[in-house]
Amino acid sequence: MASVSEIITRPRERVHAVKWIKNNLFSSWFNTLLTVLSSALMYTILSQLFIWIFTIANWRVIAVNLRLFMVGTYPLEQIWRLWLCVAIGTTLLGLSWGIWPHVVSRVAMVYGTALLLLALAPFGVTTRIWLAGCGALVFVGMLVGRRIPDAGRWVALTWLVFLPLMLILMRGFGTFLPVVQTRQWGGLQLTLVLAITGIALSFPLGVLLAIGRRSPLPAISLCCTLYIELIRAVPLITVLFMFQIMLPLFIPGGESFDRIVRAIVAFTLFTAAYIAENVRGGLQAIPRGQFEAARALGLNPFLTMSFIILPQALRIVIPANVGQFISLFKDTSLVVIAALLDLLGIGRSVLAQSEFLGLQTEVLLFVAAVYWIFTFSMSHVSKRLEQTIGGGNR
Amino acid sequence: MKRQILTLWVGLLVLVLVACGPQPTAPDQETTEPVAETPVDTTEPSVIDEEPLPTVAPTETAVPAGGTTAQAGDLLQRILNRGNLICGVNGGLPGFSNLEPDGTFSGFDADFCRAVAAAVFGDPEQVEFRPLSTQERFTALQTGEVDVLFRNTTWTLSRDTSAMDFGPTTFYDGQGIMVRADLGATTLQDLEGADICVQSGTTTELNLTDNFRAQGISFNPVVFEEIDPTYNAYSEGRCDAVTSDISQLISRRTTFEDPTAHEILDVVLSKEPLAPAIAQGDSQWRDVVSWVVYTTIQAEEFGINSTNIEDFFDTENPDIRRFLGIDGELGAGLGLSNDFTVTVIQRVGNYAEIFDRNLGPDTPFNLDRGQNATWLNGGLLYSPPFR
Repeated sequence: MASVSEIITRPRERVHAVKWIKNNLFSSWFNTLLTVLSSALMYTILSQLFIWIFTIANWRVIAVNLRLFMVGTYPLEQIWRLWLCVAIGTTLLGLSWGIWPHVVSRVAMVYGTALLLLALAPFGVTTRIWLAGCGALVFVGMLVGRRIPDAGRWVALTWLVFLPLMLILMRGFGTFLPVVQTRQWGGLQLTLVLAITGIALSFPLGVLLAIGRRSPLPAISLCCTLYIELIRAVPLITVLFMFQIMLPLFIPGGESFDRIVRAIVAFTLFTAAYIAENVRGGLQAIPRGQFEAARALGLNPFLTMSFIILPQALRIVIPANVGQFISLFKDTSLVVIAALLDLLGIGRSVLAQSEFLGLQTEVLLFVAAVYWIFTFSMSHVSKRLEQTIGGGNR
Repeated sequence: MKRQILTLWVGLLVLVLVACGPQPTAPDQETTEPVAETPVDTTEPSVIDEEPLPTVAPTETAVPAGGTTAQAGDLLQRILNRGNLICGVNGGLPGFSNLEPDGTFSGFDADFCRAVAAAVFGDPEQVEFRPLSTQERFTALQTGEVDVLFRNTTWTLSRDTSAMDFGPTTFYDGQGIMVRADLGATTLQDLEGADICVQSGTTTELNLTDNFRAQGISFNPVVFEEIDPTYNAYSEGRCDAVTSDISQLISRRTTFEDPTAHEILDVVLSKEPLAPAIAQGDSQWRDVVSWVVYTTIQAEEFGINSTNIEDFFDTENPDIRRFLGIDGELGAGLGLSNDFTVTVIQRVGNYAEIFDRNLGPDTPFNLDRGQNATWLNGGLLYSPPFR
């Protein structure tokens, strides 16, 4: 199949643009009609959209409130901590680019360039320095990463350490880093914290649940099955509602149980059940022979699982899991029921500013664009990851 | 596999413990005063906010003992110890509370939060705003997550009797109905069979149904979860009419392309007195919140505002001298400083200033004082005497 398509596509690459258009868009009267109709439709919609975006829309609502959209009410004097997180993140991205060029090259390149371009925008001086620095770090990281292609394991480990480090940096401790309460977190920062922690915590839990569900011990498999089926039978908003509104009534000391922690726990427990089902699908796809071969080699069940079965199973389920993570990322906007000021929550509050009443189209479009950037990057990286480690070819 | 099983069992055990742990306490939670549970949690953040652990430790041990009997004055003392007031607001209601670009909250409700903070601490900025959704606002109050709720909450009997108390009304609103002018409707009867946009989960929705049913008029409710979509649907022609609080209708009308094409009918579907709410059972804290609201009203009645207050310091009028704490011990009775009224007026303003700053003629809302004028001007605002 692959060879056939190569034979067909190769001559096309040399074909003149006019001919390509003729072959693809105007090959028959029906195709011509379709082309004309759809381009007319696209023109009407897009021209209206462009006119609206460039002449009618009042983007000042975004420009004035950009800080709120990005970091919420995070204190300005501590904002370097967030920048530091971004800088570490971009460095790691750059290193990953150098080490695994196939997986993250495009995303890293686009992010790095975008950061450098943003540094040209009329922000404050410090902001521009940070932007330029973070952008440059992507490329520096790439150059360094190329030199040390064997450091992949360490970079992967640093990514893992990065998560708790990021949270510690954001929250602060002791006298050295003044504590910034989680209620001051907001905007894109909060959305990312919710999504990243949710993803990082739900994945291992989901894998454990999947293994537990297939366990030969009835007690364990029953518990895991019950948990998975119970959670999957309930809508996410109900779980969130339970954690945000009912739980404080049952647990003494309602406030000591941070609202953001509550949200993260709810997201984690919810997503883990779905991840578990995805992973179980992967586990079931592993042929029996693999288990038997592992046993023949004298591996105990733990080693069999961690070195033979899971690496193969997880590879198979990358697309399904990434789909789950993307949906988790978008579902973080449901914290609006707890009036947490995530990206969408900030949008809601900004819309109440007397100066910007009734500009929901602009605000929602901006928020949607930010969500799109991140979800698209996630799906792009996952596609590359799939291609690189061969899961897609099975 | 053994190791896995072990970890799984430990994990399950933890889950079971977490799940079962709180259950025994849950029943008596409901029977005890809600205030009783607040001590533990509200002091917690202060431990993190300011590091001096030793000073906090004694309060923490002392509080549960006092908390079980919900002694009056508990909450005020805790707020003083904590060093800031936690005020529940809407966070997304134009003119009442919203985030400004610099990350501060502004609005009518937010200013009353500041007034309470000014009275308690002498500094209106010692307040922390907590945006709350419609669903969680009462839970937040009951669990002590917020000290006071200035969140456009209508004072009703059922709410007053369910684990919360209300202070004096800060804003007299009523539910109205806005229609397209070309519909030619003037009374509710004219809206027979109309599609009416309404926000769900509020008293608004119930009032709408009640009023139309009482008059035997059929209508078609179009329900939305949020405010913005409700008005969007109306302005896009999805509904013939939209119903909400009159103040909101007026302010939203200013944002429409052609405000003159919409009319607010001369009918009031319900009374909506918006009042501050506090957790039930702490009369001292309730007094503080109430008398801070009265301070702003009384100041307007006396003609005292943030700019001219100094002229009144040498007044001979005994009422004003008592009001400003020059004579007498009125503030001490509340557990506040005697001149708390001065701080409130100087730092936040009197009722007229708060109203005009957020809803008045210089704002896009341009609300009429209407019922929210003082009783001398034919409104409903009336403060009991400060004596």
